[in-house]
Amino acid sequence: MADPMKIRAQAADGKTTVRVLMAHEMETGQRKDPAGKIIPAWYIQQVSAQLNGAIVLTAQWGPSISKNPFLQFTVRGGKAGDRVAISWIDNSGERRSDEATVS
Amino acid sequence: MYSRRAALSRSLQLAALMVAAGILPRLARADSGPYDKAAFEAKSIPDLLKALGAAAPVESKDVTLTAPDIAENGAVVPIGAATTLPDVKRMLVLVEKNPAVLSAIFEISEAVEPVVATRVKMGQTSNVFAVAMLADGRMLFAQKEVKVTLGGCGG
Repeated sequence: MADPMKIRAQAADGKTTVRVLMAHEMETGQRKDPAGKIIPAWYIQQVSAQLNGAIVLTAQWGPSISKNPFLQFTVRGGKAGDRVAISWIDNSGERRSDEATVS
Repeated sequence: MYSRRAALSRSLQLAALMVAAGILPRLARADSGPYDKAAFEAKSIPDLLKALGAAAPVESKDVTLTAPDIAENGAVVPIGAATTLPDVKRMLVLVEKNPAVLSAIFEISEAVEPVVATRVKMGQTSNVFAVAMLADGRMLFAQKEVKVTLGGCGG
């Protein structure tokens, strides 16, 4: 199981800014190991974000997203105490979901 | 008095209820959502537009791309894509000279602003594009050249 995400969600002026840091190798499939063999691609393909259980944003990513991906987005509305949930699934089928509370 | 059959039908009812309430489809969605493989394998911008079935993009002042002038480390280049336009369906981040052009597709819903930021890898100095796909099919973009001193895709 991958390490937990770091999620920070802050409400201000009727908007909620969400910042997420995920722990993932994001291997491109272009690199070679010391023996010259290609390291297989391993990266997050899909991300979805929910506010209080309703999907607000989804994303599809390619392997060119940086290692330990960062994502920032802004939700209309949202107030302190609301729940933000982020989940991802990678190309090997592994998945992870984490939740945070808006402050 | 619970028979197995009653219990089974009860759990089926519960599942149906959850589907109706929108709980189950949401759980299922993370893995069943389509992943646009063809788009992510596109090697050039014309290929990508073909894979997306999208119209030719037009440069627009209403789309903003935030990126550094010089990225010392191509493995971590902060990119922000934003627009002030209404009815945005998708925001794309493209790096022209990467092995695959497309880095990310963000599906923008009514509930979020068309403002996203992430970090991408860049193999070499290249133009970076932020593209907004509008509900009416228009494609508007902003571009910027980012100079890379150390590539992020090295082997």
